[in-house]
Amino acid sequence: MSLTLLDVKRVARLAHIAVSEDEAAIYQQQINGVFDLIAQMQAVDTTGVVPMAHAQDLNQRLRDDIVTEPDLHEKFQSIAPQVAEGLYLVPQVIE
Amino acid sequence: MHWEIVVGLEVHTQLSTRSKIFSGSSTVFGAAPNTQASAVDIALPGVLPVLNRSAVERAVQLGLAIGGNISRRSVFARKNYFYPDLPKGYQISQMDHPVVEGGSLTIQVGPDEKTVRITRAHLEEDAGKSMHGDFHGMTGIDLNRAGTPLLEIVSEPDLRGAAEAVAYAKTLHGLVVWLGICDGNMQEGSFRCDANVSVRPLGSGVLGTRCEIKNLNSFRFLERAIEYEARRQIEINEEGGTIRQETRLYDPDRDETRTMRSKEDAYDYRYFHDPDLSPLVISEDWIARTRAAMPELPGAMRERLVAQYAISAYDAAALTASRATAAYFEQLVAASSGEAKLSANWMMGDLFAALNRYELDMAHCPVSAAQLGRLIVRIVDGTLSGKLAKEVFEALWQAAGEVDAIIEARGLKQVSDSGAIAAIVDQILAANPAQVADYRAGKEKMLGYLVGQAMKAMKGRANPQQLNEILLQKLN
Amino acid sequence: MINASLTQLAALLAQKKISSVELTSAYLDRIARFNPVLNAFVTVDETASLAQAAAADARIASGAAATLTGIPIAHKDIFCADGWRTTCGSRMLANFVAPYDAHVVSQFKNAGMVSLGKTNMDEFAMGSSNETSYFGAVKNPWDITAVPGGSSGGSAAAVAARLAPAATGTDTGGSIRQPAALTGITGLKPTYGVVSRYGMIAFASSLDQAGPMAKSAEDCALLMNVMAGFDERDSTSLERPVEDYTRDLAQPMAGLRIGLPREYFGEGLSDEVARGVEAALAEYRKLGAQTVEVSLPNTRLSIPVYYVLAPAEASTNLARFDGVRYGYRAPDYKDLTDMYEQTRAQGFGAEVKRRIMIGTYVLSHGYYDAYYLQAQKIRRLIAQDFTEAFAHCDVIMGPTTPETAFDFGDKSSDPIAMYLSDIYTIAVNLAGLPGMSVPCAIAANGRPIGLQLIGDYFSESRLLGIAHQYQRVTDWHERMPPNSEQQI
Repeated sequence: MSLTLLDVKRVARLAHIAVSEDEAAIYQQQINGVFDLIAQMQAVDTTGVVPMAHAQDLNQRLRDDIVTEPDLHEKFQSIAPQVAEGLYLVPQVIE
Repeated sequence: MHWEIVVGLEVHTQLSTRSKIFSGSSTVFGAAPNTQASAVDIALPGVLPVLNRSAVERAVQLGLAIGGNISRRSVFARKNYFYPDLPKGYQISQMDHPVVEGGSLTIQVGPDEKTVRITRAHLEEDAGKSMHGDFHGMTGIDLNRAGTPLLEIVSEPDLRGAAEAVAYAKTLHGLVVWLGICDGNMQEGSFRCDANVSVRPLGSGVLGTRCEIKNLNSFRFLERAIEYEARRQIEINEEGGTIRQETRLYDPDRDETRTMRSKEDAYDYRYFHDPDLSPLVISEDWIARTRAAMPELPGAMRERLVAQYAISAYDAAALTASRATAAYFEQLVAASSGEAKLSANWMMGDLFAALNRYELDMAHCPVSAAQLGRLIVRIVDGTLSGKLAKEVFEALWQAAGEVDAIIEARGLKQVSDSGAIAAIVDQILAANPAQVADYRAGKEKMLGYLVGQAMKAMKGRANPQQLNEILLQKLN
Repeated sequence: MINASLTQLAALLAQKKISSVELTSAYLDRIARFNPVLNAFVTVDETASLAQAAAADARIASGAAATLTGIPIAHKDIFCADGWRTTCGSRMLANFVAPYDAHVVSQFKNAGMVSLGKTNMDEFAMGSSNETSYFGAVKNPWDITAVPGGSSGGSAAAVAARLAPAATGTDTGGSIRQPAALTGITGLKPTYGVVSRYGMIAFASSLDQAGPMAKSAEDCALLMNVMAGFDERDSTSLERPVEDYTRDLAQPMAGLRIGLPREYFGEGLSDEVARGVEAALAEYRKLGAQTVEVSLPNTRLSIPVYYVLAPAEASTNLARFDGVRYGYRAPDYKDLTDMYEQTRAQGFGAEVKRRIMIGTYVLSHGYYDAYYLQAQKIRRLIAQDFTEAFAHCDVIMGPTTPETAFDFGDKSSDPIAMYLSDIYTIAVNLAGLPGMSVPCAIAANGRPIGLQLIGDYFSESRLLGIAHQYQRVTDWHERMPPNSEQQI
């Protein structure tokens, strides 16, 4: 299994990371190196093994339906890149 | 060629919890931007989600109400995509193991009932809102809504056309409001529909390529969007074209749908188990307690009303439009000493008309069931004629006091004294010899004229039945 | 005094032989002197630290002091601390002043401990050498041409160079134990779920766990008493009775069964590290313990499994860094998508981007079963290996790392070589077990060697006791790097 240059660009697009042609080629080589390592897994017979998602076998704990959070938007927005009238600003979203 | 329109709906219902699904922020609608967006809601680095018990409970209620299977163990997954109103870059949702699987909803299609299969219902968090106003050409993001609990209820493609889709949506809307798990406020986005629409030649067993129309937040838009979309697809098919699977938006101003995105990378949501949340385990005991605490469901109540009060199925359906309406009806029957038919007639007649006229819902009705019940009692005991009763009802609506006091104050009491009625009848007969002669000569319609004259003379207060009897007696 | 234990410092403070302000100033002086070379701290705020110290002195004077009140501690820059810049070693957060405290930070604050500042780390904890930090690599105090290990390299170097008496760290694949080993200090990664992750910037949520880094096991036990415990804000935090982690420190070693995994002593282990570990095992035998060979047959697979699971989780954990609500935003962009792409391309370093891309790929449509699901299944096999091993022993011991600290640049151009150096630590995270590293030798090149101890679930207290008994009869944990002797 190895990734093509096109795969690398597709993944970068999905991850919203800009890559130049040169970078894509470097990533392709490095990521394929990692996938050579990962390929060791493929031969393992895991028939009947239950996937392990968590270290502990817990049930989800539930929270009471109570409002506990104060309004801290001024503090939170003091570290925002761009705000106006209490809103976070981003380049125009076109739908 | 004849085409069949096939629709499946995905309905996002905002659950009416006080706090958000994974944080302790308020869910109250309409607050100033970002004042209800906590550290968890704005996805500060390091924050973690904790699940709201009430959100789960509401999902279980819906599951029980539609006869679905409540998953004893369900799993939360991350649905990954970038959007400015999605602070974490993923939405916490459920994929492989939703909280409710299966179920159905019976809808009324014209005179017939139809059962629509429900695929699943899953819990997820709502996104924030993008404000495309003028901020120097930028978009503003308000995250107050981010993290509001949603129950997404997905139907099978069982609906045939816009009318059925609307009937299903209305029935579902009625149900979630009935259960009290959603406020049902569509203007505020509490109940939003995505419609999957496809067309196929009538009789075909194969589904056509579908398009998903997003975010239809009124029944009218739902109807129009499906109608437009079906027309568009039929035209493409008839011109020999191919339908592309895609997500579309409905533009109410232009009454058309248009492409939002096509099925490419945008669909690779990379769902996987959210490692911050453990499996949601719902015990038998919890399900039993939830079931016990649930209100009687509208379907069951309709059947009971028909059996218990001998009213028609049609009336029962109208009277179970909401829990408040049904409760009012049962209180009214009790207050009117069991006059079920009269109670039903009064509610579906004058009361609904007045509520409509003043754009009020049942919860804000100014006339109490006790008051209207008293009014019905006064009709039954002969104190009020139907006509006078309407006048008293108007007075009740205007908060003019209690029924008996209104009757007293306005002198609306029906005259049932046969002596008094006979005296008036004698006067009328004496004053109208020609009409009396005509009647006796066989012109029976003259009777109506004479009744009208007598009633007019008594300012409408005569007991109409008695008046009729006395008049006939004297004429014959 | 720079070599004093936390117990000794607490006694000096309680007896008013020193004030917290004096103690804090002394460490701030050492930071000012040594940090320009070591680069262990990313952020120091003398005013804030001294204010906390003054408050601690007042608390001691009022008689309301807790055990560690007034003692300074350094926090890995992965923990949000209200009002402190919290960078996670990344350009993305280079100017991020956290608006809230992580659970761990507030626990230490409530205990009256004084924050000395935020320690340098591999960017978003992704690295084993500290070379991926946006703020430059941390130097190993034992030899500044060597890496300190990672990702908690700043915390490790700070404690090793006695710039702080204690520090916090986090461990996703060895990030406490490996730098502890390479810098000659003691570090504990607790059982997953024992320490709250709230406020700790997530790398791989199902593996991340915070723990103490200090000079000795006894100090680690005292720190665990503060940082461990249930937190309702973390759904994976375990609801367990409060523990005293010092309770097993005096437990004798007689009869202790030490399991030695065959796979940890084979190919790839340097002779010198093997000899150091052997010497430590000999000490344990002298104390009455016995050793028994065990097997962890899937050890080899832990690296590929880790490099599927950790990047997968990281790829979505790091999606929130989008330049919208906080952190870096690229100065120039054409439109929204370009803003995202430029922000993330410029804000993240190469290693982070590589892992995000690997993670994105393994979760993407068509590859999920082959990679992610398969990795989760093997993760269970790896966890089962430990369960079987613990049927035959009370504790597992072996090397923390295959070799001593390597030189800068040795592995930074070869990610695979770097990844393989975590061979002995990663499986512990996959299983969710507690693990420790304890200094047990110094190699001929002057660089420390670490002994790894792995316990069964929730055996932290026992592990700390086993390490403490070793530290009672040896002095490796008291050795200081050359040139750090200047007394305060």
